[in-house]
Amino acid sequence: MKTRAVRIRHALIVVWTIAMVIFVYLPSLSITLASLTSSRYFIFPINKWGLDWWRKTLDSIQIHQILETSLVIALVVTAISIVLAFFGALAFARYDWKGRSWFQKLILLPIFFPQSVLGLALLLWFNAIGLQLSWQTAVFAHLVWIVPVVTLVISIQVYSFDPAIEEAAYDLGASRLQVLREITIPVLMPGIFSGGLFAFLLSWGNFPLSLFTTGADTTVPEYLYAKMVAGYTPGVPVLGTISTVGAIVILIGGYLVMLALNRRRRAGAG
Amino acid sequence: MSERRITAGAWSASPVILFLLIGFAAPLAAIIVFSFMPPRTFGFGGQPTFENYVTIFESTTYISLLWSLGFAAMTVVILAFICYPVAYGLVRVFGRWSTLVTLLFVIPLFVSENVRLYGWLLFFIKNGVLLGSLKSMFGLDLESILFTRGIVLFGMVYVYIPFMLFPLTLGISMVPNETREAARDLGATRWQVFREVELPLSLPGLMIGSLLTFVLAVGAIAEAKVLGGQQIIPIAHDIEIAFTYAQNWPLGAALSVLLMLIVGALVLLVLRRVDLDRLLGRR
Repeated sequence: MKTRAVRIRHALIVVWTIAMVIFVYLPSLSITLASLTSSRYFIFPINKWGLDWWRKTLDSIQIHQILETSLVIALVVTAISIVLAFFGALAFARYDWKGRSWFQKLILLPIFFPQSVLGLALLLWFNAIGLQLSWQTAVFAHLVWIVPVVTLVISIQVYSFDPAIEEAAYDLGASRLQVLREITIPVLMPGIFSGGLFAFLLSWGNFPLSLFTTGADTTVPEYLYAKMVAGYTPGVPVLGTISTVGAIVILIGGYLVMLALNRRRRAGAG
Repeated sequence: MSERRITAGAWSASPVILFLLIGFAAPLAAIIVFSFMPPRTFGFGGQPTFENYVTIFESTTYISLLWSLGFAAMTVVILAFICYPVAYGLVRVFGRWSTLVTLLFVIPLFVSENVRLYGWLLFFIKNGVLLGSLKSMFGLDLESILFTRGIVLFGMVYVYIPFMLFPLTLGISMVPNETREAARDLGATRWQVFREVELPLSLPGLMIGSLLTFVLAVGAIAEAKVLGGQQIIPIAHDIEIAFTYAQNWPLGAALSVLLMLIVGALVLLVLRRVDLDRLLGRR
């Protein structure tokens, strides 16, 4: 039973949200439009549509190399951060231990930190211990920020986890490893999966940490930035569109996998 | 039982703690030590000195710092207002559409911010999407608003939307529906419910969102570079210049330490007042 005032308020909220969504996607739309022109400069309305710049960009060996560097960094970051953050999340949300509230704050600090400063601090640190900068140091830099984020993502799942199942397994004589493999990991799978998704995508899109820590290797956001500063190149909108569409595809694909996981779990339980 | 839990907690935490000591605490210590090295040196061997800090206070760097702090504060206030209705809608109005709306606001997080700002550049530039359309449809020939201070603030508000929206959503979902209903039944007006019930109970989310937005915005650099055309020099830009063109690492380190102190004080102040377990949904 909704009153008129409530209905009007809800309608206003819906309209405002739609406006915000349009606002959020306007720049992506502009970039996509710019990538579809075949003239050297972007003039709107477009009079020469074409995929010329897509072809040129996709054929470039340099672009392949950059995409490969970004992909390798993101995959390694995902793998390592899942392992670290899984145990981190158990300590964050599952166990009651003495240092827990202290640990929770430690985890948040790198998230609540200006990334450009963190990148520079890492640059100084790598320099001090004599590490040569390359994609590996960038992996390390990404992890400093991404491990805490993934820990939080998995923790949210851990909060809804009933510790009694684990205790029951212990009482039935299961070893610690068995409990981990048979109970904890399967139950937390949705959280681990979305944590992995976050890790991959955040690493893929990261700029401020990569800027100072990749050395001679170049990631996609770094390349785009260098080109943007240098002046207009039609390759920038193309690569920008690719990274945007890539993120959308991966996220929606991941979302569908999550739904499937949940359904299987519910079927298994029922 | 509890014995096992205590050790299990410490053991599970140890890899992350070790990693953050090497990857977070040590670099910060390095930058602090470096800020006391003589100007234009590149090692830790020099005689400690306060020279870099003196240089900062004698220079005009404080202008950059004030710009960054001021713009970050404005970004937080604007975002709180424009995100609140959406966050409220996500919790109370959209129902099963909430997941889709959330997803729509999550996606841009994963596209590098300079790419999205570049999209705004193409939107606002002369003969771009906006001005080009206005010209061809209405014959209007307007000046671009790019490369002004206002557009830098606009860019910052745009980039940090999700960082305000999601903590705010968590905060609002902490307000029990029964409490709101009860307040209504006792005769509170809509405004009273908001001021006396919803706002105070969702405050942790608002605080975390504001903190996160403020901290990230203070370190923002891309907005001023891509959209602002050097109208504003944010503090992060000064730091980057010191490390790159000027080749004065100790000065850059001292500037970083200054920024870290401001940010660190704020973070500790806010985190002390927030119960993370409740915010993240512990039952």
